Amino acid sequence: MSRSAIVTAPIDVSAIAEEVQAATSGAVATFLGTVRNTSGGRAVTGLEYSAYTEMATREMDAIVREAIAIATGVELVAVHRVGDLMVGDVCVMIAAAHAHRSPAFDACRYAIEEIKKRVPIWKRERYADGSSEWVNACTQHATSAST
Amino acid sequence: MIVAVRVFASYADAIGSDRATVSVPDPATVGAVRAAVTTLSPSMPPRPIIAVNEEYATDDVIIAPGDEVAVIPPVAGG
Repeated sequence: MSRSAIVTAPIDVSAIAEEVQAATSGAVATFLGTVRNTSGGRAVTGLEYSAYTEMATREMDAIVREAIAIATGVELVAVHRVGDLMVGDVCVMIAAAHAHRSPAFDACRYAIEEIKKRVPIWKRERYADGSSEWVNACTQHATSAST
Repeated sequence: MIVAVRVFASYADAIGSDRATVSVPDPATVGAVRAAVTTLSPSMPPRPIIAVNEEYATDDVIIAPGDEVAVIPPVAGG
């Protein structure tokens, strides 16, 4: 059953990959978004993700419906984690299954691109020097991330 | 009409709260709320994104009493 979720606990990558797979599946495409240790040349120690949870859930559900409409028979699960994450943690996972690889890849790609564009989730980067900033924030109180 | 708005992430930091109220002429439109919320802090951008009842809303949408109105900073999920 295709679904989406916003979670606070670590994402169980193998469990979600297994969840979408069925006897009819010939392909499971997965995407993992992970926390990296640099941003704009600055050392990152971790991230804090926050969400407008009710709307984020609604947008994620809509994206799943759109993604599975790409081809008949696509099963897709999209999970985004919020809260405090460390370098290397999985922040988002998409798993898409289909009889053939092309629709699985296409649905997986569609879902992650739309999540990045539309879902009201924000991230604050924590830097090695102890400071932190909201990513993409263009308000004057945020200092530039580029140096 | 007094419209209560939810505020998130960088905008909540800018205004110092995750909730605010703005006063707009009746009928309350999203466009009027969008303009009014920019006065909550000098750090607010000129045209912030507004959602009504958990959906992105255009300027012509009329806000009814009880609607949930939110000011949405640029998203950064994934």
